[in-house]
Amino acid sequence: MGTASDKKLFDDNGLRLDGRSPGDLRPIRIETDVLNRADGSAFIEWGGNKIQVAVYGPREAYPRHMQDINQAFVRARYNMAAFSVDERKRPGPDRRSMEISKVISEALQAAVMVELFPRAQIDVFIEVLQADAGTRIAGLTAAAVALAAAGVPMRDLVVGCTAGKVDGKVVLDLSKEEDNFGQADLPVAIMPKSGKVVLMQMDGDLSIDEFNEATSMIFKATERINQIQRDALKKNYSSNAQDWGE
Amino acid sequence: MSNVKQIVMPGDPVEVSNLKPRNGVYKCGENKYCSEFFGILQESEQFVDVVPFSGRYVPRRNDKVIGKVIEIGPSMWVVDISSTYTTLLHMNDAPWRVSSGELKRYMNVGDYVYAKILSINEIKESWITMKDVGMRKLEGGTLVTISSPKVPRIIGKGGSMVNMIKDSTHTRIMVGQNGIIWLDGAPENVIVAIDALRMVEKEAHTVGLTDRVKKFLDDKKGEIVGNSE
Repeated sequence: MGTASDKKLFDDNGLRLDGRSPGDLRPIRIETDVLNRADGSAFIEWGGNKIQVAVYGPREAYPRHMQDINQAFVRARYNMAAFSVDERKRPGPDRRSMEISKVISEALQAAVMVELFPRAQIDVFIEVLQADAGTRIAGLTAAAVALAAAGVPMRDLVVGCTAGKVDGKVVLDLSKEEDNFGQADLPVAIMPKSGKVVLMQMDGDLSIDEFNEATSMIFKATERINQIQRDALKKNYSSNAQDWGE
Repeated sequence: MSNVKQIVMPGDPVEVSNLKPRNGVYKCGENKYCSEFFGILQESEQFVDVVPFSGRYVPRRNDKVIGKVIEIGPSMWVVDISSTYTTLLHMNDAPWRVSSGELKRYMNVGDYVYAKILSINEIKESWITMKDVGMRKLEGGTLVTISSPKVPRIIGKGGSMVNMIKDSTHTRIMVGQNGIIWLDGAPENVIVAIDALRMVEKEAHTVGLTDRVKKFLDDKKGEIVGNSE
């Protein structure tokens, strides 16, 4: 967790650098079906994050030796564009993005009904166009929407949020500066209907009390984010809402 | 269209009451059922279904589909039916007397077939057959692809929708359950028919669609060639 610094992350009124109070989220906007070629797609803007997700499949898994006779596997690829961060990121997979791809794949695998598709794979491409802290959670949240839009059978959606410790205070949804100069970062993703945790990582240190405070903040925030996901999915079909009655 | 159509998301609880849960619904607890799809809740007399808005075709036995030959083996054609998995057509299920290794003489890579799903096993390998009435290799005509969950709407109750389009555009249409549709007729007529099909696909989740398609076809009547006076 970043370098020690004397950078002030709260103003005199206890507000954060971008004017949020500790329990506020950044603005989130999700759009679905933005790509024609993909089976399902989504675009998410979460604060300064801009992430594009495309879903392909389920399709037969290749190479052949990767096929599982009992179930499909979800292969997510998290990739950051070279221009997504202040200083040019060397393109291509690195240790960080491979780790994130792995945890996102596993989180989605828990939600997708993989047992319905033996020998198949479901590809999820997560392209980070602009990064501003919390990209793994934003990417995962958008990936769940893209999977639903692709008509992939799922037990539940997946929704995530981060919390962390900044200047000794627990806050929700860290921004770039808070991530860099804070003391802890805790991304969590859950399945909103069942409350099961599908992703949890922690960077830095939190006491047990702080951890509990952070997770309860996250759980509360996921309700709001889940509603945004649902609204995004519904939007394309609501123009005919008046026809639905009868 | 008996009841109000309701949009559901994956994981949403589905009211079953005294009906039987069927497609797109899974058990998510003691006497509790949830949706697997983002789609529409549909209640018939006996069943509750969730019909997804999109998604790949899931083969079922006896479905009639249109597929494209993508590979040829010594005794099988490998056919793409735009499902998750490719399917196989064995030479003995073809309507010709084919001898092993000579499959290319009858159908080559890129040809389309209208065939019936013969069987599927537990690892989702499937076989198709052309030994049934109407099954054949497709020659000429035009193909359009729509998303497969919308096929029942294209066909309509007892074929009403597709027959209406056929009759008013004077085209021949064959609808595969997998969402591939074959049309043949005068080019002007085929264009109108495709527009009508696209309209059904786009508005599949709305009520009162048949009337709107009928109006659309009536408006286009001037563009149809071969209307006998």
